[in-house]
Amino acid sequence: MSFKGADVVSIRDLSREQIEQVMDLAEKLVPYATGEKSTRAMEGKILGNLFFEPSTRTRLSFESAMVRLGGRFIEIAQPQSSSVVKGETLADTVRMVEGYADAIVLRHPHEGAARLAAKYCSKPVINAGDGAGQHPTQTILDLFTIRQQAKGIADKNVVLVGDLKYGRTAHSLAEALGMFGANLTFVAPPLLQMPKETIKHLEKSGITPRLSSSLAEVISDADVLYVTRIQRERFPDPSEYIKVAGSYRVDNSLLRETKKDLVIMHPLPRVDEIAPEVDHTDNAKYFHQAFNGVPVRMALIMLVLGGEL
Amino acid sequence: MKDFRVTPIRNGTVIDHIDCGQALKVLRIIGITDSVRSTVSVLLHVPSKKDGWKDVIKVEDRELDTKEVDKISLIAPKATINIIRDFNVAEKFNVKLPDVAKGIVRCGNPNCITNMDEPVETEFIVESKDPIVLRCLYCDRIQEDVADRVV
Repeated sequence: MSFKGADVVSIRDLSREQIEQVMDLAEKLVPYATGEKSTRAMEGKILGNLFFEPSTRTRLSFESAMVRLGGRFIEIAQPQSSSVVKGETLADTVRMVEGYADAIVLRHPHEGAARLAAKYCSKPVINAGDGAGQHPTQTILDLFTIRQQAKGIADKNVVLVGDLKYGRTAHSLAEALGMFGANLTFVAPPLLQMPKETIKHLEKSGITPRLSSSLAEVISDADVLYVTRIQRERFPDPSEYIKVAGSYRVDNSLLRETKKDLVIMHPLPRVDEIAPEVDHTDNAKYFHQAFNGVPVRMALIMLVLGGEL
Repeated sequence: MKDFRVTPIRNGTVIDHIDCGQALKVLRIIGITDSVRSTVSVLLHVPSKKDGWKDVIKVEDRELDTKEVDKISLIAPKATINIIRDFNVAEKFNVKLPDVAKGIVRCGNPNCITNMDEPVETEFIVESKDPIVLRCLYCDRIQEDVADRVV
């Protein structure tokens, strides 16, 4: 299927083949993303970046991706300085911006915003995160990092740990990993365990994830450890938070129990769930994961706008 | 003594086979309030030949439109609609839950874009008809207690 002109709203809209197509192109684009090679593939094209919510990695990597492709971007990075404060609806904003750009990237605090924008906008809309909803480009870059660093996805033992209930990246990533045939383990305190809906969705496609509340119990056969942040505000009792967060902290002593080539990932920003000492090990891949946002987003931009290297 | 408790109506709609206990909700969603100018009869908990007990509503001088029938299907999926003209049943049909429920329910997620001031109709994918499971097309959220949010 051709991506040209398509919207990228939810990972569920994409087939396994389409996700593979994005990853294959992203792989080719890595030397362009590092600046080692250069291209004018998107010369003359304009990306409209609408960020109605603060974002660092996603916004910068989309900007970097478009510039690396030889294109340019316009942006709303501070909604308080835009027409939104005058009460403009999102439906109106996107119809205005589509007159100025060839595709729109949208980050919005409300769930479903990207679907709505796609409905009103005739140019491609790429969802860069809507509230607690979908964040498909993050999911694809996570899959890409696993495929690249763990040398494949199928049959790999992937452990997701942290706040699996509210963490938006965890739900879509789990579903996508299921689609690619990974073995899944979810580690979280019972209060923050993966929602039943996501587990049901996985079971429907024949995947039975292993659930645990202890990282030590499941870490020894893991190929990938995907760490997410546990937020302090989820716990009414601060001492309970300290206890729980401490029990999921990844440090060098935990690494003694793991496979040598374990891949450790984190969507960032981290607080203290991964000790800084881990950064110096070969297992730490989270900054590389953040870099991968560039080639993956370059690939998506090229696919929806239709361009060649 | 006659064997019916409510007299037949000349013109209007009879909503039969409403799930027992749901009649008052049906009245609300089809907009029956104090200001209606015709007679409305509500029968609660009457014996049904089909399945035990049912509720029945008779609204005189009014025929329901498709959207109203769709709304009824969300809370009384077994209901039948009888359009009465001059004491005869002119039309009779079962309510049928559509595959996509458009503009008849509010999303239960307060942070959903459809609950902001956007010029958009809500849209739900009907994932299952028995029991009724709706998923918001916009925020993806599975909906609970749909009956309370029929608009």
